[in-house]
Parts: sequence; C-alpha cells; structure tokens
Amino acid sequence: MDSTTTEIRGKERYKAGVLKYAQMGYWNGDYEPKDTDVIALFRITPQDGVDPIEAAAAVAGESSTATWTVVWTDRLTACDSYRAKAYRVDPVPGTPGQYFCYVAYDLILFEEGSVANLTASIIGNVFSFKPLKAARLEDMRFPVAYVKTYKGPPTGIVVERERLDKFGKPLLGATTKPKLGLSGKNYGRVVYEGLKGGLDFMKDDENINSQPFMHWRDRFLYCMEAVNKASAETGEIKGHYLNITAGTMEEMYRRAEFAKELGSVIVMVDLIVGWTAIQSISEWCRANDMILHMHRAGHGTYTRQKNHGISFRVIAKWLRLAGVDHLHAGTAVGKLEGDPMTVQGYYNVLREAKNAVDLERGVFFEQDWGDLKKVMPVASGGIHAGQMHQLLSLFGDDVVLQFGGGTIGHPMGIQAGATANRVALEAMVLARNEGRDIDAEGPDILRAAARWCKPLEAALDTWGSITFNYTSTDTSDFVPTPAVAV
Amino acid sequence: MRITQGCFSFLPDLTDDQIVAQVEYCLSNDWAIGIEFTDDPHPRNTFWEMWGNPMFDLKDAAGVMMELKACRKANPDSYIRLNAFDSTRGFETVRMSFIVNRPKVEPKLDLTRTDVMGRRMDYTLKAMR
Amino acid sequence: MTDTPDASKAVDQPPATVDLAVEFAASGVGEILDELDRELVGLKPVKQRIREIAALLLVERARQKLGLSTETPTLHMSFTGNPGTGKTTVALRMANLLHRLGYVRKGHLVSVTRDDLVGQYIGHTAPKTKEILKKAMGGVLFIDEAYYLYRPDNERDYGQEAIEILLQVMENQRDDLVVILAGYGDRMDKFFASNPGFRSRIAHHIDFPDYSDDELLHIAETMLEGQNYHLNAEARALMAHYIELRRAQPLFANARSIRNALDRARLRQANRLFETASGPVGAEELSTIKAEDIAMSRVFQIAEAMSDKAAS
Repeated sequence: MDSTTTEIRGKERYKAGVLKYAQMGYWNGDYEPKDTDVIALFRITPQDGVDPIEAAAAVAGESSTATWTVVWTDRLTACDSYRAKAYRVDPVPGTPGQYFCYVAYDLILFEEGSVANLTASIIGNVFSFKPLKAARLEDMRFPVAYVKTYKGPPTGIVVERERLDKFGKPLLGATTKPKLGLSGKNYGRVVYEGLKGGLDFMKDDENINSQPFMHWRDRFLYCMEAVNKASAETGEIKGHYLNITAGTMEEMYRRAEFAKELGSVIVMVDLIVGWTAIQSISEWCRANDMILHMHRAGHGTYTRQKNHGISFRVIAKWLRLAGVDHLHAGTAVGKLEGDPMTVQGYYNVLREAKNAVDLERGVFFEQDWGDLKKVMPVASGGIHAGQMHQLLSLFGDDVVLQFGGGTIGHPMGIQAGATANRVALEAMVLARNEGRDIDAEGPDILRAAARWCKPLEAALDTWGSITFNYTSTDTSDFVPTPAVAV
Repeated sequence: MRITQGCFSFLPDLTDDQIVAQVEYCLSNDWAIGIEFTDDPHPRNTFWEMWGNPMFDLKDAAGVMMELKACRKANPDSYIRLNAFDSTRGFETVRMSFIVNRPKVEPKLDLTRTDVMGRRMDYTLKAMR
Repeated sequence: MTDTPDASKAVDQPPATVDLAVEFAASGVGEILDELDRELVGLKPVKQRIREIAALLLVERARQKLGLSTETPTLHMSFTGNPGTGKTTVALRMANLLHRLGYVRKGHLVSVTRDDLVGQYIGHTAPKTKEILKKAMGGVLFIDEAYYLYRPDNERDYGQEAIEILLQVMENQRDDLVVILAGYGDRMDKFFASNPGFRSRIAHHIDFPDYSDDELLHIAETMLEGQNYHLNAEARALMAHYIELRRAQPLFANARSIRNALDRARLRQANRLFETASGPVGAEELSTIKAEDIAMSRVFQIAEAMSDKAAS
C-alpha cells in the first residue's frame, strides 16, 4: 500500500509510549507474516486520544490470547506463538481517525475445517472493545494449508453447469412473488410460468419457510410438479431453489431429504442459520449431489456500514470455505447496496482460483484457493432486461441473474417476462461473442431483438429507464467511485 | 415443440455466418470445438453421438464449418450442436454449447406421472416422434 | 442480430476510383517486401516473382472493389528448388503477405510432409488429411516434397486418396486456404506431369536457385551475427574455401549445410576454449570463431582424399 508519507513507524512508537497491549507483545512493526499465517485486516476507529498502534495491538490481543491484565499462567505456554501480532497500521486514505491495521495469526490458533472456530477467534470479542469507537473486518488471507482443511462448495460452478447442461451464458432466475401469502398451488403456478417462459431457476425467498398460508411440504410438491412440467415443455433441466431453512437441524435435514426424493437439483438455506448449520447442510449436499443455494439474509446488518462490522468480501470468503454453491453477491446496477467495483471484488473472491491484490475492488490480499471449487454468484434485486448489457459486461458468464419483479411484473404475464429476459440475454451474449461493444451498443442490440420479440419490447417500454442511482456506502477507499448506473 | 437447450435457442436459428462468428469467438479463447448429434432431445441425454473428436489447434472456423456441413449432410433430420471445450485448469469442461441443426419436426417430450406414497409423484420424460 | 442497415447501404455503391499507392501503403505489403529484401540473402528471382504476385493481388483487390471481378483468384503455388534454398522461410513470409492483402484470414503456416497426410492403413488417410486441412484453414498449407504423395509404382497407395481430398479443397475452398507444394524442381515437374489436376490448380510457380558461394558466405556471417558470434579474417577465408569444397560433395543443402557447419564450428570453439584457456576469458574470445574451428571439418579431409584419388 502506498501511504509512505504518513505511515506510522512501529519501532519509534514502541519505544516512546507506555502502551499496554503493545508492551505485552501484540505489536511488532518488524514482523514479516509467514506463508502459513492467517492475516486479518481491520479498519479501526480508536477512541479520541487512543494511539492507533495501541489500538491495533489491542485488536490483536483481544482476538487471540489476551485478557485485560498479565497472567502468570502465560508462562506455562509457548505464548509467543499464540499471540496474534499487529504488524502494520496505515491511516485510511481520505478518512481521518480511521486506520487499517494488519494482524497475523499463527496457524495453530485455528481448528481445521471450522468456520465457527475461525469466527469465534477473529470476531469473537474485539468488536465490543471499549477503546475502539468502531471496528470493521475488511479482508482476510488464509494460508493454503488452512484452506485445504475445508471441503468448500459441494458442487461448484463447473459441475453445476455440467449437471444442468447449461454453458456459455449466465443462468437466469426469478424469486417467486409475492413473498408471502400464496398457497402452495398458486405458488407453483408462478414457478411453472417463469420456468416455461425461459428461466433456468425459480426461487423461494428467504422468509418462505413453512407458515400457516403454505406448509413446506405442499410447496415442495407443487413446485416440483411445475419444474418437471416445464422441463417437459422445453427439453431443458429446470430447478427451483427449495428453501429448507428451519428451526432445527433435524427439520432442515427432513426438508432436504424430501427435496431429494422429489428429484430437485437444488436446495436453499439462509445465511441466518449460522455457520455450523451451513457447514452441516453443505456436508449433506455433498453426500446427495445437491446444489446449495445461499441467500445472504441478514448480512446488511453488519456488512453495510463502512466503519463497523464485517465486509461482505470476508463473508464471501468464509462461505466459500464453509461450502455453498450459490451466493447472492450484489448487482451493482440494481436496488441493493454495492458499487460496481466493490461488487466485482466479491465476485472474484467467489470465482477465481487465485485472487490477486486488487485495491480498487477492495481485495487487499493475494489468496490462493488451493483448488477449492468456485461459487456461482447470484445477482438479484431490482434488475431488469434493459440492463442486460451492463450485467453481462460487469459479471461475465458465471453468474445467476435473477429478475423477480422484472419477470413476474411483466405487463403481458409471467411467461412473457421470462421470455423477455431470456431473449435479451441470448441476444447480448451472441453480440458480445461476435465482438460487438455491448457497453456502447447494448441498448441498440436490445431494441433490435425487441423488434421481433414482443415481450422484450414490452419489458423495455415498461422498465427501460429505471435505475437505482444512489451513492453506495461501501465503496473502495482507493478510487473515486463512479455513479452506479451508466 | 422447440427444444430450448443450448446458448441461443430463444433466438431465430443462427445463419452459417452467425455460427462462424461464434466459432471464431471460441477459437480466440483456445477452446476446441466438438460436433455432436442426436435424435433424442431428453434433457438428461448427456452423451450425444460425436461427429469425430473435438477439433484441437484450429485457427479458423472454416475447418469446423467443413465438418458441420458433412455432419448435416449425413444427419439432416437430427439435432446437431457445437460444444466448445476449455482445457484450462479449474475449468476443464464445456464452456459453450449451441444447437446448429434441428429436425424438421421436433419430437415432443411426453411427461408420465406415477403416483407414489404420500402425494409424491415420480416423473418420467420420453421423446415421442 | 447484426442489424446495421446504414453500413450495408454504403457497401452497395462501389467507389469510382482506387488509389493503388494508398492501397499499397495501407496493406502493409511494402514492409513485408522490404523485410524480404533486407533479411533474405540473394534469391533475386524469387523476390522479383513475389513482387509481381503482390502487385497482381493488389490490383485484383482493387478490381474487386470496383466490381470488375468477383471470383477469388487461385493462389495455390509451387516452390521448386534444392534443399536449403529458403522455400519454407519464404512460405512463411508469403502467408503473412497473403494475410495483409486479405486473401487468407489468419495468415499462419502449417508445414507438412506425406507422413502427416497419408495413413498406413485403409480408412486412415481421409481423417488425417482432413485434420491437417482443418488446421491449415485460414492460412497456408505447405507440403514439402509433395511428389511423395504420388507413388505410381503402387496402385493401391493411400497417397492417391490424400491427393483427391487436397484437390477438392484446393478447388472448392479457395477462400479458406492456400496450398504451396514444394520440392526438387525435376521431381516436381514429373509430379505435375502425372497429376494434371495439381498442375491446373497452381497459379504461381516460383523457382529457388542455388545460392552462390558469396551468398552462402554472407548467410554464414548473418547466421553467426544472430547468435553473437563472428568469424575472424582467417576463419572467413577458410569458410569461403569450405563452401567451395562442400558444394562439390554429396548431400549439399545450401543454407542448411552452412547452418550445420556453423553448429559444429561452435562446438569446436567451445572445446578449444576449455582446453587452451588458462584464466578468465573475455567476450571477444567467447564470440570469435577461428580458422582452426573450421579447419577440423571432415569436408577438408574428404576433399583431400578425393584429389589424392584423382592424382593417383
């Protein structure tokens, strides 16, 4: 990082003050992280008058061995290696009072294959720590040795595509709407219409579980009737993300088993079920050849604010380790939070075999994923056919584009809505492959296709001009962020 | 019934010029093109017959078009698709696939429902000519 | 979906005139011709023929623009000459030239011999030949010693099958590839005589003369220069003598013989440095080929033996 002018020199600080955590050995400005260290990058806002170095040391201490005072029992251990070491503190560019602090953790501090253990260490205590006004976990680097203790996504992008027999373009989906109140039969109708019209997937929403208006079993039966009938009508493999999120693990397994018996290719859970439940259901999916769709329900409570919480890129990394196949990772052009480059950063974390440092996209570390499978990102929320060129240009082929309102709200009906999206997508992929500049010619390409495709024409006329052009809160600190919609 | 497998089934059937452009895109990515044909459009019919091996090290679409022409001549009333194979580590799979020939009258996929216990249904698809 | 009515309208109206000088400059053909002149020693008649062909193709292209001709001209060629006279090198440049002029789409060269085209068993030849043709499409297929495809002594030789496929593609897919047949002049003549199908499909014959002794010496020096070596004055004189003697001996292959001789000279130089050097050696010594590195060649012994025999 190029903040050489204002960089705080560790050694001098160390000599100058009476810095308690630093004195205890949680600060070492000369430390060179080992290849086998886990590294965490925190954005911290120390309380007024608290030295950033001391604050960084405190973060290292509170996320590893420290307690508020010195204990003699430390002397019974090789405590040097158990202490996390803050080794670098940089002021955040353009944001006085905030600092990026880098902390290295020895590999021995972590249990293999347990996101619960990892998160208990890294975010267990430190976010409530009084000397900090706020703290945010911005990014993490995992050594390959640690990555290899996880099985990762049960299916992965490559196998998912082979299983679905769908290649060379983004997958299309839609969330069944309205979210609440539909009976199983009415719900299945929406699923059938969307799939027959041309979508690859339909989806339960995060809060569709088993409420009084629709028992889960009823929903599963009607949805699978819709899936199979649509398959027969199109010759394609179709899917519906059956949400198996429930109050207990036992109930989740029950629903998962039923989905499997019905021949569903995919099930879904919400992020709020927790890390252990996610890893368990991932195990089940691996054992049963099931694609696992993850809805990131609830993440906005801790990922959105820039000064406090956890960046979504860290959540994405944890979920790739924990093992999900689909993950909602933002749209950049839709109604939900996220500027284009930061969102691309999340996508890269999910899809690349190896991430390079890319500060403009918020990726602070090189990360080798050790051949862990790739997660298919899902773009969902307030997107429509008129943005197809932007979506394809931003995200490439390996993504599920979900048009909920943009399908079901189509003036000519759900099938027409689905067809409009499918035609827009295929026309855009064809044009891109022909070497046309879809960023510039996108609207023309869509209009040309709309000339022979009435549903697309209607979609463009209805939504063509809608954008959600609000400033994002979670943007990169290293580039001026452009407006969301172009 | 129009089968909508492959990349471009919702568009009007591609002309040969359009096919050439897509093949050139694949070749520019160093993907090898394989030609496959079948009479059975069942969505789980994974292994269509290969019209020869995938073509490696081609520089130009003309070679693919020569084989496609021959395949069409031998199987005028079959489904024919082009698959593009990528040997890059981490992919090592088909990266693109699209239909380039269809039967004059496409078969219908017949859906058979068999009642099982507890309102469950077993579904079977079969192509009917 | 490539719906651009305005652009297509513009194409419908052919221009009234074509500026050949502008076309020439825009095509970049001049650079290739200059490169040929600069980088290839000798080959005067070859370069002249290539200039003529380039001019013809440029005019042909202009005629097409004016709507005066519509057919793709036949561009298949034969390169005849002894081994080591630069046929493959020129074929590479020719592929590039045809690409710049828009007569082949990609401009690569696929170089093959009979073994790449003809199978050992029944049914093997057609797939093999087609495989090569597919790889060559968009570029130039260079068939060295093409006459081996035809073996009149064996009626069931599979070479005939390859020939038939080649002829068909050479006729029907002139847009897709250009074929260059190469080999010794006399044997190519016989080959064409018994395969009129080929003869009639070849538009340009280029004959590659043997290099003169001076040209070969020049080639030797250029080759060494490319590897950061040079001959000292004595070695240069000896090399000239070497060339004179080598030409008279069997299996002489022009530039290829020179390359082989220089490879061996570098080997001897290395040995010499190891055996004689005491202490550090400088760049000058490391890059100088001396007379003794050449004098050890068998060519001199053979020549001596031959003259002894003649004397006795």
